[in-house]
Amino acid sequence: MTTLSIVLVLALLLVVFGLLFRLQILTSIFSGSSNREVGVSNRVNAILFMVFLLGGGAWFAWSFVENFDKMNPPIASVHGLATDKMFWVSMAILGVAFVLTQVLLFWYSYRYQHKENRRAFFFPHNNKIEVIWTLIPAIVMAALVFAGWKEWTRITGPAPKDAVVLEVMGKQFNWLVRYPGRDQKLGVVNYRLIDAVNEFGFDLSDQNGVDDFTAGEIHVPKGHPVLLRIRSRDVLHSVYMPNFRVQMYAVPGMPTKFWFTPTKTTDEMRAQTGNPNFNYELACNQICGRGHFAMKMSIIVDEPDDYVAWFAKQKSFSEQNPEVLASFKQKSDKLVDKAPATPAAAAVVTPTAAKASL
Amino acid sequence: MAANFPTQEQVQGGIGATEPGHDHAHHDEHHEQSFLQKYVFSTDHKVIAKQFLITGIFWAIIGGALSSLFRLQLGWPEATLEWLKPFLGKWIEAGKLNPEFYLALVTMHGTIMVFFVLTAGLSGTFSNFLIPLQIGARDMASGFMNMLSYWFFFGSSVIMFASLFIETGPAAAGWTIYPPLSALPQAIAGSGAGQTLWLVSMALFIISQLLGGVNYITTVINLRTQGMSMSKLPLTIWAFFLTAILGLLSFPVLFSAALLLIFDRSFGTSFFLSDIYIAGQALPNTGGSPILFQHLFWFLGHPEVYIVIMPAMGMVSEILATNARKPVFGYRAMIGSLLGISLLSFIVWAHHMFVTGMNPFLGSVFMFLTLIIAVPSAVKVFNWLATLWRGNIRFTTAMLFSIGFVSLFIAGGLTGIILGNAALDIQLHNTYFVVAHFHLVMGSSAFFGLWAGVYHWFPKMFGRMMDEKLGYLHFWLTFAGVYLVFLPMHYVGIAGFPRRYYAWTGFDTFSQFADLNKFISVAAIIAFLGQFIFIFNFFYSIWRGRRATENPWNSTTLEWTTPVVPGHGNWPGDIPAVHRWPYDYSKPGAEEDFIPQTVPYSQTQSSNLPYEKEME
Repeated sequence: MTTLSIVLVLALLLVVFGLLFRLQILTSIFSGSSNREVGVSNRVNAILFMVFLLGGGAWFAWSFVENFDKMNPPIASVHGLATDKMFWVSMAILGVAFVLTQVLLFWYSYRYQHKENRRAFFFPHNNKIEVIWTLIPAIVMAALVFAGWKEWTRITGPAPKDAVVLEVMGKQFNWLVRYPGRDQKLGVVNYRLIDAVNEFGFDLSDQNGVDDFTAGEIHVPKGHPVLLRIRSRDVLHSVYMPNFRVQMYAVPGMPTKFWFTPTKTTDEMRAQTGNPNFNYELACNQICGRGHFAMKMSIIVDEPDDYVAWFAKQKSFSEQNPEVLASFKQKSDKLVDKAPATPAAAAVVTPTAAKASL
Repeated sequence: MAANFPTQEQVQGGIGATEPGHDHAHHDEHHEQSFLQKYVFSTDHKVIAKQFLITGIFWAIIGGALSSLFRLQLGWPEATLEWLKPFLGKWIEAGKLNPEFYLALVTMHGTIMVFFVLTAGLSGTFSNFLIPLQIGARDMASGFMNMLSYWFFFGSSVIMFASLFIETGPAAAGWTIYPPLSALPQAIAGSGAGQTLWLVSMALFIISQLLGGVNYITTVINLRTQGMSMSKLPLTIWAFFLTAILGLLSFPVLFSAALLLIFDRSFGTSFFLSDIYIAGQALPNTGGSPILFQHLFWFLGHPEVYIVIMPAMGMVSEILATNARKPVFGYRAMIGSLLGISLLSFIVWAHHMFVTGMNPFLGSVFMFLTLIIAVPSAVKVFNWLATLWRGNIRFTTAMLFSIGFVSLFIAGGLTGIILGNAALDIQLHNTYFVVAHFHLVMGSSAFFGLWAGVYHWFPKMFGRMMDEKLGYLHFWLTFAGVYLVFLPMHYVGIAGFPRRYYAWTGFDTFSQFADLNKFISVAAIIAFLGQFIFIFNFFYSIWRGRRATENPWNSTTLEWTTPVVPGHGNWPGDIPAVHRWPYDYSKPGAEEDFIPQTVPYSQTQSSNLPYEKEME
């Protein structure tokens, strides 16, 4: 019934619209305005351009100011402070160009609207001003490129040696995280070994992997460089941490990396934003399927001491899944007759080891 | 078989106006064509242009409708969409849009708009319509190939359209179809039959583009009328010519990418696949690189945005000059900047890939090259502004859309400088900032160029005028609509909202802006509905519009010297010869405020400039 009435209303509106349209044509023929080459509507359009410039400009300015606080995700990384500054400086430069060109465009449209007894100025070219307005954007561009290039090489340069290393792996549709454990070395993984238990595909015949541990959320220490080693085990994903201004694709078959230094702990950020439930979040930012929009993981930035304590509490994967470790041991026993030295069985992560990593 | 088509002979006759006068007689005797030959399998460039245009309008309605659907989801993530069940059937699950179908909507919206509307519908329409008319040719170099170009496009359209209705849904891996997602039906249902149809359709589409492109290039090089040197070509032709070259050089690369993807999908190769564990199974593929696909894709993908925008630039230059009654400022600089953009467009592709894990050094190189391309674009904007300066502007609907084009091109182009900066792209990559940027600079701008072209050349296409008042309404509604949709979208993007998200409700970081997203959705849907004003105006005017005159805008270029509705072969008599550049508007000393290209200097002694005196 509602559908029917909506259809009816629409149909009636269309009829009214059609009648108005015919009426408009008839009046314009009757008044003779359809024969005039340039009519009143020329003036109306010229005025509308001014109205659009002023009204639109005011709306833009208002909405920008109104939303400014909401559009700046609080920053919590060293390079994020630098890129955010560069972003707004660039935006300001471009904003000047934007306002200048738009004002000229609309103003000229209004100012030079058709007048019966005026003739346009025959002005086909002028080499001097053309050179000038080629050079100005070229110089501004050069400055922006240089600033961007310097920052980019700094951000993508090699991570400091003492960086905390962790691995983030994307899969449909969540993130998995692995820490290297006390030996600070991530063990070998092989995608063919992946199953419901061994989600990373740990190859535990590699000693380095025995003390690796996985985690349900990411913990990083404040003030220390953090190196993310990034992998995907199915389709493309993208590690995106808006608050840290971090983004890097997770590519199956091609490990990638990104390093950054967090500057504020989660608690500090909670205090700053006044939101007791604030959490840094890791989102997926490359279309990966049905659950793309829900691929979330929390990131906790701890004070270094708290981080060490947290690190110490973690149990390694092999310790939690002795049967996986045993299966590898069996395999290697079959292959090699000599019994290998027992892997640092159930390597317990000690606080000192974690501290060494900082 | 091709020889049966009369146009072929006329093209032969049209190779120069130097041909003896039997041309005329030849014309009068040509036989009546059947309906099928005249309107369906036509080799006449004007009919083919209209075929492209009307197919393009059809696709634009579909593409726009799809965007309204996903804007509903984004604006009202909590609302029930049960009422859409009659249209969408099983894609509405318990009142909610299926998330995979949401991705399919986004994918198909992008594919349709970029390729089927703004490439085929825009360049296909106006390159076909204007190249022969503006350079003084009877038809395209090969009318038959031109016909094939349309019918390959038609075939490709039918397949793409059909893919919307199949059981597993259309392609859903984004319009950039990055593998492995697009290669593995296990990863998303749309990568099954839907993706296969997508690839087949695009292969046909590329063939259509190549057939068209070869034709445009050959025609511009070989079939210009007497006196029409390259430096007397209207800027439209320069733009179409360079667009065709870009297409010819870059589309084959997309074809190869599509072909390799087909191999990976169907024949077990590993060009783009490696180390994948999916759906409880480790795949045997190793050694492939998903990044390789991105390089191949963007090698087309970036020139593609210039393929979309350059025809619009050309037409806007033409329309601005005509209606400002002023020569376009810096004609040579305009050509130079088109050449610069064309060249640079081939060496900036990897700026789409700064954070894909590509070597950061490459990122530096591409950042440098990308920001250079802003210079010719800036020059074009300054020249358009200078064209308006001290003009005597008539606001035809086409002129409004051209001014709107410049405004949108500036607004969208400037943020490209931000995104071209690799350091800033880290945060903004794949956010709504990108979406806002390209929808302004290549989406809306190119659409405005398309509308400007339709309003401007409609009289030559159909012999009637479109209704101006409806045109004004259409323009102001759309112009305001576009800004209301895409300016706030920048805010959402700066806040880091990722694109292709079904909903942001799961993240605290993306919890603000629910109102703004609602606002954007309302504006987008109103702007979409406003397009029906144009569609009504277009079809109404074809049959009932006011009758046009030969040269309703007092323009200088050759197409306006043809009859009101040009017939086969375009000019009933000899093809006119050209004597001057196309922008002699408001020349001091001239009687009228325009001197057509066909008027020799000997007839305009009062207005000739010193260096033109020699040519009298």
